[in-house]
Amino acid sequence: MSQALDELKIGGLGASRKRVEDNRFIRGKGNYTDDITLPGMLHMEILRSPLAHARIKSIDTSKAWQIPGVHLVLTGEMMATRNLAWMPTLSYDTQAVLATDKVRFQGQEVACVVADDPYIAKDACELIDVEYEPLPVIVNPVQAVADGAPVIRDDKENQVGNVIYDWEVGDSEGTDRAFEQADVISKLHLHYPRSHPSPIECCGSIADYNRATSKLTVYMTTQAPHIIRAAVALVAELPEHMIRIISPDIGGGFGNKVPVYPGYVCSILASILLERPVKWIEDKSGNLISTGFARDVYLDGEMALRSDGKILAVRIHTDADHGAFFSDAQPSKFKIGLMHSAFAAYDIPVAHLTARGTYTNKAPGGVAYRCSFRVTEAMFFQERMMQAAAIDLGIDQAAFRRMNFVQDDQFPHRTPFGFLTDSGQYGKCLDVGLKAAGYDDFRKRQQEARANGRLLGIGISTMTEPLGAGNSREYDILGIKMFDSAELKVHMTGKAIVRTGARGQGQGHETTWAQIVSHELGIPADDIVVEEGDTDTAPFGMGTYASRSTPVAGAAVAMVSRKIRAKARRLAAHLLEVSEEDVEWELGRFYVRSAPDRGVTIQECAMAAYSNMPDGMEPGLENTAYYDPPNLTWPFAVYIVTVEVDPETGVWDVLNMVAVDDCGIRINPMIVEGQIMGGLTEAYAMANMQFITFDAEGNCVGSNYMDYLLPTSWETPGFELHSEVVTPCPHHPIGAKGIGECAAVGGPAAFVNAVLDAISDRGVRNIDMPLLPDRVWEAITQHHDVYGAPPVRTDD
Amino acid sequence: MTIVYEDHGDEAASEVPVRRIRFTVNGDKKIAEVEPRLLLSHLIRRGLGLTGTHMGCDTTNCGACTVLVDGRAVKSCTMLAVQVDGRDISTVEGLATASELHPLQEGFKEEHGLQCGFCTPGMMMAAKALLDENPDPTEEDVRWALSGNLCRCTGYQNIAKSVLWAAAKLRSQSGGR
Repeated sequence: MSQALDELKIGGLGASRKRVEDNRFIRGKGNYTDDITLPGMLHMEILRSPLAHARIKSIDTSKAWQIPGVHLVLTGEMMATRNLAWMPTLSYDTQAVLATDKVRFQGQEVACVVADDPYIAKDACELIDVEYEPLPVIVNPVQAVADGAPVIRDDKENQVGNVIYDWEVGDSEGTDRAFEQADVISKLHLHYPRSHPSPIECCGSIADYNRATSKLTVYMTTQAPHIIRAAVALVAELPEHMIRIISPDIGGGFGNKVPVYPGYVCSILASILLERPVKWIEDKSGNLISTGFARDVYLDGEMALRSDGKILAVRIHTDADHGAFFSDAQPSKFKIGLMHSAFAAYDIPVAHLTARGTYTNKAPGGVAYRCSFRVTEAMFFQERMMQAAAIDLGIDQAAFRRMNFVQDDQFPHRTPFGFLTDSGQYGKCLDVGLKAAGYDDFRKRQQEARANGRLLGIGISTMTEPLGAGNSREYDILGIKMFDSAELKVHMTGKAIVRTGARGQGQGHETTWAQIVSHELGIPADDIVVEEGDTDTAPFGMGTYASRSTPVAGAAVAMVSRKIRAKARRLAAHLLEVSEEDVEWELGRFYVRSAPDRGVTIQECAMAAYSNMPDGMEPGLENTAYYDPPNLTWPFAVYIVTVEVDPETGVWDVLNMVAVDDCGIRINPMIVEGQIMGGLTEAYAMANMQFITFDAEGNCVGSNYMDYLLPTSWETPGFELHSEVVTPCPHHPIGAKGIGECAAVGGPAAFVNAVLDAISDRGVRNIDMPLLPDRVWEAITQHHDVYGAPPVRTDD
Repeated sequence: MTIVYEDHGDEAASEVPVRRIRFTVNGDKKIAEVEPRLLLSHLIRRGLGLTGTHMGCDTTNCGACTVLVDGRAVKSCTMLAVQVDGRDISTVEGLATASELHPLQEGFKEEHGLQCGFCTPGMMMAAKALLDENPDPTEEDVRWALSGNLCRCTGYQNIAKSVLWAAAKLRSQSGGR
């Protein structure tokens, strides 16, 4: 009898297979958008507004046109003649492509120049004269709704004031009744500061319109090429089959590369007008001040508690600052994303959430920065609230969480906001985390240290996150349902190609999708090539963000593999000359049930599909699967941080960080751990240093890497990862759950809780992120809370 | 070789000053005529077509454009092309031989030291400058040496491991000689 295949050896499920994509990246042979040069290619640069709110009185481009090498200068007026001055956003609003009437945030696109060379294009931008009439500036939601506030979106008919939406979810009356029964009511008010995903590669595109074929090809930095194709078809009124979007290697996305940006649109129009390829590559400042920001929400909440620690109800209000255009990239029917996933891990009978969104004179975006649509804010508030409530009740942090967890036998569990969490072992994850962090011992250490004037603290955070939108019943973007797809073609020699509707940006799809096929079919992973990102060849999909690739596209890869296996079974029966019912499957091989030695490999079936198929069978071994998930996947994690705070300076150091992630079955454990460590680093960044703020005139503070601080290898702490707890997803074909963002979502509260724990004797309930040393020092010495974005220094 | 320029009239052409420079890149001797304001990163990427050197921030912060100039790690977005006249440049494309990867390249793959790959060439060149100076660094040495290079994907832990992996391999190779 033949030896059964060892799945780990062929690179199947669970193998820490080295990444296929690394072979080109380590040689400098990646192919990012800016690496592409096309014959006759021109270069585009954008002129941006220096003011946050101003009426445009005039734009004089005559000097720019005179520079040798300039081919085109575009303004909003010229865009308007083609009905392209405005474009729709992903949230049923409109956004200016090039400003016509007013500029509404600093950095807004006003004009662009196309020239032989980017240096010439930049020279020409400098020579464009724009006359502005400054208008009063609004930089936060309070100003936005103040009496007499200027209406930012006076371009919109029927827009009164600056409120975009008032929205609610949950049970208002039931929540009121529960609060009446409460022994204790805990309250918390905090700000999750504005941040920017800031991949190292900025956004860019090369539009190549070919008059002879009428085909538009656009190479661009997009996480969702098929959505872009649909958007271009609708906005530019080009037929969809004549649009090809190619997303080459992407130098990081983190949500920043989901929306449609004015630069893309301008490069496309320029290429159509000039009939030459036009490349636009944003600089870092342009990226930071104009493209999709994240967070910027004020959260106000209260929790109704019984004195024994049972949570009776939760009430949350969010005030979100969306910037000048409501262009959040999220499922359209949820105005504040999936904020209502808050408290999903806890067994709470009733809850109510109200949300208000406002326009301000800041950049638009509201992208899902390493999170599933505002889940980061939800989980941050949840875990800060849990800490505050435990303190109010005088109950231990860990015990309070444990007593309110949804228990293992309660799944599937309906949350008070209507989600259905699928599975988990929350208590076990907490046990593992507490043991690893030395929780039982820590309080003693803390007391001893405090007696010596040293401030030690421990912070716990848990999170569960709804990952993998759809299902299509509830989740759509502008009416396009959120499912995903995979196509598998097995060649006659048993080698194969997989294509999906997702588009990785470093997550390792080229490695892991092959592992799923390998698991399902027994074809060695090295015999399978993965391709994504070209709308002419990939099946339709919604792209990669919100940790949806493994839950949706990855599921589609498993499902299409099973379709292939079903056909291969029929081929095997034919080759073995038995009926299909008599054929059994083991990894990589079909055999006769009564005679296990008689078998054929999947490779032999593949050859037969092209050379020896039974009469009447359609030749070939290829198929496509569209996967509409029955539910979101719900990973769970516990993050525990210990810190030491210097009472003299407010500087805090991480002593230890423990991460216990239960993301179900891990396709490639090495890659999963890489994702977790990346997320933990962004969590640390948010808690410690990374934020974008604005002065009273709307000047963006954080427009470059000198002001917008990202952690380096020097500050970033080490991490201790735990993978002991595995709860397979009950509805995913291979039991996997999303993981890419969990740590960035759940991590920040652990750091903040730890610092606040260290200074718990100072009567401080909250310090808003980032926990810069001066803010921590202020809390330590002044014994009061520190709210809001850090103030901007002025020259006076 | 032929170079075709857009004809913008003699007057315009004469206004653009051009300097002739000689330099070595990855062992090959080159001559280039460049505008004095041309950045070294643009000479490398566009002039030489070596697109493995990436540009992230244009302001010397992110380190994606790190190359070696006379053996020292330099952020090529903040050096002018004319400044490399007579000097020796090494880029990521020069790390491997036709048959063999550099231990740093192997280390980054072995220890999963990269995800999107955009910062990786700069990281490896900065790490090479470190290992050329200090063949047996501690993790702290590595973290300090790479603190001018930003990565948004990995969290640095595996990058540090990758460099230590390479250092160990390089030491075993030189010890074996």
